[in-house]
Amino acid sequence: MVEEVVVLGFWSSMFAMRPRVALTEKGVEYEYREEDLPNKTSLLLEMNPIHKKVPVLIHNGKPVCESANIVQYIDEAWKDKGPTLLPSDPYQRGQARFWVDYIDKKLYEAGKNIRSTKGEEQEAAKKVFLEILKLLEGELGDKTYFGGQSFGFLDINLVTFYCWFLTYETIGNFSIEAECPKLIAWFNRCTQKESVSKTLPDPKKVYEFCLFLQKYYGVA
Amino acid sequence: MADEVVLLDYWLSPYGMRLRIALALKGIEYERKEEELNNKSPLLLQSNPVHKKVPVLIHNGKPICESVVALQYIDEVWKDKAPLFPSDPYLRSQAKFWADYVDKTISGFARKLWSGAKGEEMEAVKKDLFDCLRLFEGELGDKPFFGGETLGLVDLALLPFASWFSVHDKFGTFSLEAECPKIPPWVKRCFQMESVSESVPSSDQLYDYVVKMRNSRQE
Repeated sequence: MVEEVVVLGFWSSMFAMRPRVALTEKGVEYEYREEDLPNKTSLLLEMNPIHKKVPVLIHNGKPVCESANIVQYIDEAWKDKGPTLLPSDPYQRGQARFWVDYIDKKLYEAGKNIRSTKGEEQEAAKKVFLEILKLLEGELGDKTYFGGQSFGFLDINLVTFYCWFLTYETIGNFSIEAECPKLIAWFNRCTQKESVSKTLPDPKKVYEFCLFLQKYYGVA
Repeated sequence: MADEVVLLDYWLSPYGMRLRIALALKGIEYERKEEELNNKSPLLLQSNPVHKKVPVLIHNGKPICESVVALQYIDEVWKDKAPLFPSDPYLRSQAKFWADYVDKTISGFARKLWSGAKGEEMEAVKKDLFDCLRLFEGELGDKPFFGGETLGLVDLALLPFASWFSVHDKFGTFSLEAECPKIPPWVKRCFQMESVSESVPSSDQLYDYVVKMRNSRQE
């Protein structure tokens, strides 16, 4: 049976980028459909009626929602294709899931707080953001990737935030590399991979988009 | 080598209850250590330095934190008995979605219900809660459990919270039976299983606890 794989996404959403990186890593062909978020398609609303958010993976007509969940699904549904994304050891798998859960609970909010605040509030936001990255840097240690020798589940779920770093650094007036050089080195290693470089947008475009949202909508 | 399984827990934690049920269903022997939340043990702080929260499952000295992560770990390591996750990848993703939904929504409502919200604010919380539980009713359908014929991930994720909601029922804050008629029978079915009734306090026990706390505050 010919497989039908569709991803509903939005170009600057770091969450929507995750399934795309994963599918490309696995060598699975898919159709990408860009959603206009103020005007969500009826397909999106039908496929994700509860959250009404991107990304949604639609595999042979059946929707999978929530980005980290989608990446795990991709690894399992195409387990015989391409590299295995989750570690084979159950404990390492638990660790990878723990850190992705941590990223999902903390990193987006922390970045959002940098770009939407000023003065003392922004300084506090930067501090929180860097603390999160330093913890992740500690988890990386001296490994090439979070997955060890191979680019895996935790790498995929974190790397997509990279295209937003220029925005945070410019608005927040700070250098992430100065504080987390090992993590930035890891980000740079990841962007050498085709699955990442083909999916992540130009950071400058993300920054321009952020400015546009702030100017016209007063939101970050 | 004999497995050493330790659970750092707090008896009222709905997240801890999830793991207790899972370990009981799987017949895993473990040592439960009750934590005092305002005086956390060095073991807890060392095992969960990031969140410093219960529950933490420690398997042969290695800690696993976050209840849904720990449930998946338990299911993968002790895979021969009482599977919690479906074997099909699509159904597995669905189960994970609903378990995450409990954590994103139900847990928040649970907090608000106990926060002393009154009047319009309380009515709004109740409405949101019932809308949410109705979605779960739809997911349950005609099955005895979310996991089908046996308890699964979603049952374990939701049950501890549902048990607490039944307490509100007793206080007359609302009628769960009237608003979400499928939920109380489902809770009852779950408690008919020994793995549940021996692992988590029943809503009667929780009710008695709340009454005792309120009375002691008045003294």
